Amino acid sequence: MAEVTLTIDGLQVTVAKGTTVLEAARQAGVFIPTFCHDPELTRFGACRMCIVEIPGMRNLPASCVTEAAEGMVVYTESEAVIEARKTILELMLANHPMDCLTCGKNGECSLQDYAYLYGVKTESFGGEKHAYPLENDNPFIVRDMNKCILCGKCVRACAEIQGKNIVDFAYRGFDAKITPAMDVPLSASECVFCGNCVAVCPVGALQEKGLRSAARTWEVKKVKTTCPYCGTGCSFELNVKDNKVVGVTSCDGDVNGRALCVKGRFGYGFIHHPDRLTNPLIKKNGKFVESSWEEAIGLVAAKLSAIKANYGPDSLAVLSSARCTNEENYLMQKFTRAVLGTNSIDHCARL
Amino acid sequence: MTNSIKEIAGADFILAIGTNTTESHPIISLQVKKAKRNGATLVVADPRRTEIAELSDIHMQLKSGSDIALLNAMANVIIAEEIWNKEFVSTRTEDFEALKATVAKYTPEYAEGLTGIPADVIREVARGYAKANNATILYTMGITQHICGTHNVFAVANLAMLCGQIGKPSSGVNPLRGQNNVQGACDMGALPNVYTGYQAVTVEDNRGKFAKAWNVGELPAKPGLTVGEMMEAAAEGKVKGMYIMGENPVLSDPDAHHVVHSLEKLDFLVVQDIFLTETAALADVVLPAASFAEKDGTFSNTERRVQRVRKAIDPVGNARADWQIICDVATAMGYTMSYASASEIFDEIASLTPSYAGISYERLEQGGIQWPCPNSGHAGTMYLHKDKFVRGLGKFNPVEYIPPAEQPDNEFPFVLSTGRRHFHYHTGTMTQRTGTLEVHYGTEFLEINPADAAAINVTEGEMIKVKSRRGEVAVQARLTDIVPQGMVFTSFHFPEVAINKLTNSARDPVAKIPELKVCAVKIEKAS
Repeated sequence: MAEVTLTIDGLQVTVAKGTTVLEAARQAGVFIPTFCHDPELTRFGACRMCIVEIPGMRNLPASCVTEAAEGMVVYTESEAVIEARKTILELMLANHPMDCLTCGKNGECSLQDYAYLYGVKTESFGGEKHAYPLENDNPFIVRDMNKCILCGKCVRACAEIQGKNIVDFAYRGFDAKITPAMDVPLSASECVFCGNCVAVCPVGALQEKGLRSAARTWEVKKVKTTCPYCGTGCSFELNVKDNKVVGVTSCDGDVNGRALCVKGRFGYGFIHHPDRLTNPLIKKNGKFVESSWEEAIGLVAAKLSAIKANYGPDSLAVLSSARCTNEENYLMQKFTRAVLGTNSIDHCARL
Repeated sequence: MTNSIKEIAGADFILAIGTNTTESHPIISLQVKKAKRNGATLVVADPRRTEIAELSDIHMQLKSGSDIALLNAMANVIIAEEIWNKEFVSTRTEDFEALKATVAKYTPEYAEGLTGIPADVIREVARGYAKANNATILYTMGITQHICGTHNVFAVANLAMLCGQIGKPSSGVNPLRGQNNVQGACDMGALPNVYTGYQAVTVEDNRGKFAKAWNVGELPAKPGLTVGEMMEAAAEGKVKGMYIMGENPVLSDPDAHHVVHSLEKLDFLVVQDIFLTETAALADVVLPAASFAEKDGTFSNTERRVQRVRKAIDPVGNARADWQIICDVATAMGYTMSYASASEIFDEIASLTPSYAGISYERLEQGGIQWPCPNSGHAGTMYLHKDKFVRGLGKFNPVEYIPPAEQPDNEFPFVLSTGRRHFHYHTGTMTQRTGTLEVHYGTEFLEINPADAAAINVTEGEMIKVKSRRGEVAVQARLTDIVPQGMVFTSFHFPEVAINKLTNSARDPVAKIPELKVCAVKIEKAS
């Protein structure tokens, strides 16, 4: 494969031809801030946050859409670059609700991070602000278009990951916004609420309704696990606060990347549902009565043993579970065969 | 799946038959969409005009249960036009002549009469499949939940072998499995005829190996009962005690009245679950289990990938992990079963299961591993049957079309088919209790074609009664041409629309899978 060698902030970097300056910088461990760039999505070059200085080039090119070339010299943090990035941030903040105190994305917001990084404290440009109503009418996603920086990641995620094309840019200039066709809420569109747009949103414009109202971003412990619904085997992170699962976020799954469906991302509420069984139950006179584990296990063991003794092992049968782990299914068939003494074990693979 | 999920994106011809992929396997459907964006041809065979059918290049809206006629006719065309993969057939398969003889009568014109698909469309699809560089077949319960389910799968496999569209990347026979660990439950031997890794209980050496590992004198040699047979045996009084873990057969199995009757007849029923399901309500003892978030373990997905489940929180209340409960019951019955961790159980599995032998929790920290993985240096297997099939040569099993067990007639004029919705899952035990999914999609309905609805004077949203020979449910009508005339459809997610009261428990004689995709019903106005 053809290679090119360029110099980034004094570092010699050799990359495959066709690599962008941004990717080359990242390969070399040089940080360049981005809003609209995502390695899984098409190159967009909209937010201009990743601009760099390349002597010989007109203006400051966006590194995410500029291909590395042989002998190219790149400065990622020159005075001109920093000045431009500050201005970009000031322009974004000029029309941004400064409600970080209560925003669910506080602590996981690129706009906040870069404002901190470049010392942009407040809005330098006064002027008109959007006052879009909060879109809060579905159980999954909260959309606050006042916080949107128009990076277009959600548009590309919907088109290129989910393949649904539900949202796109509408209107022009100051009025430009991301909406489903005909500017209706998501709930009135064909949206399937996979939330893959939420997973790529760099700011607080798209938030998971349950998660962001249950915990601050820094309060959660994230535990990578495998989805309990269909057989696809998507990976995600359970967000845990105070020994409770308060949400699900994407991680880089072997099968799914960051994509999840509505059940995986938003279907975790059953874990703490009040209907969960919390104690063994024994039916006495037709009604369930809570019992200790000792009593329940003792009763089960005695009843199964008695049936086996009186009618033989094949008078017992076991249904194992396509919902339980491998380890549990293994033990269940071991128990059925070695302890009960029958091969009558099955599960719902046929349903 | 013989291939991996991500390989679907690399296929240039996809035949999706009996799979509502976008709703039942949304993330797998993303790979189908990616393939399509890369220029692949997508052909969908389904009686319903589902979302994936809408995305297809060709939608073959076949009559319910006519899959073998379609697949045999494709083979007929491919043989007649001499476009089969002669090298693959001669070096990798046997009994080609038998297939040729059987499919001879399935001309596209003959199949058109059985399937309702125009002969020319069958020809076009057959040519496309045979000539593609990488053609993949995706299927789910639309293929298997028929009295000829096993034969349907044979017909799929015959087609793949005939064209050499198996044993290479992005090209194979790919059942998309419906439950998080249905693959694993099968791999682990939660089946009446095999131990882990499909080691048959009828083979003496296997019994000896497991008896030794489990420290018991001898293990039963006779294969046990399947779930349907258990229910029959319980009804007849032959099975007297049952232990059900994490299953809800009252809602998931066909002919629900019969299931309830069977379970009520037992001397003793213990159910272990996270909720008091319709099945648990019938139990003598209910044991509270931990959910997936409350325990360690592994799931094996539809592409044979073993992945970690990690404990994120403590079990709620006094619930316990299923594996701990099983150990407790076994020990109380005099067989000491004790493990310090799920990882220790996994090591025992690996030691007894050749296809899992190279997998360990330590390796899984780096990511999932696809079996077969015979040793710790093996990277796992992306696709199966590369240079040879498990049995050596791939055997053509020619099969004949048979109609569904129950056909519509004057009294029950509609075909009822059942399946899943995007926003819910299986019997709804979990998805009806999320605070989100059931809020968004809270009421179930029956899809009926507007022409049929007009004929019986049913309007949108009207409560109607759906009756079969086995039972009835009341449900709202939704008028939609997603279903063709003569067919109605709903899901089994909602306890208040327990559609399996109606479905037919007629089963495939080999796999014992019930014919949930076809039964005859009539529709009456509720009032």
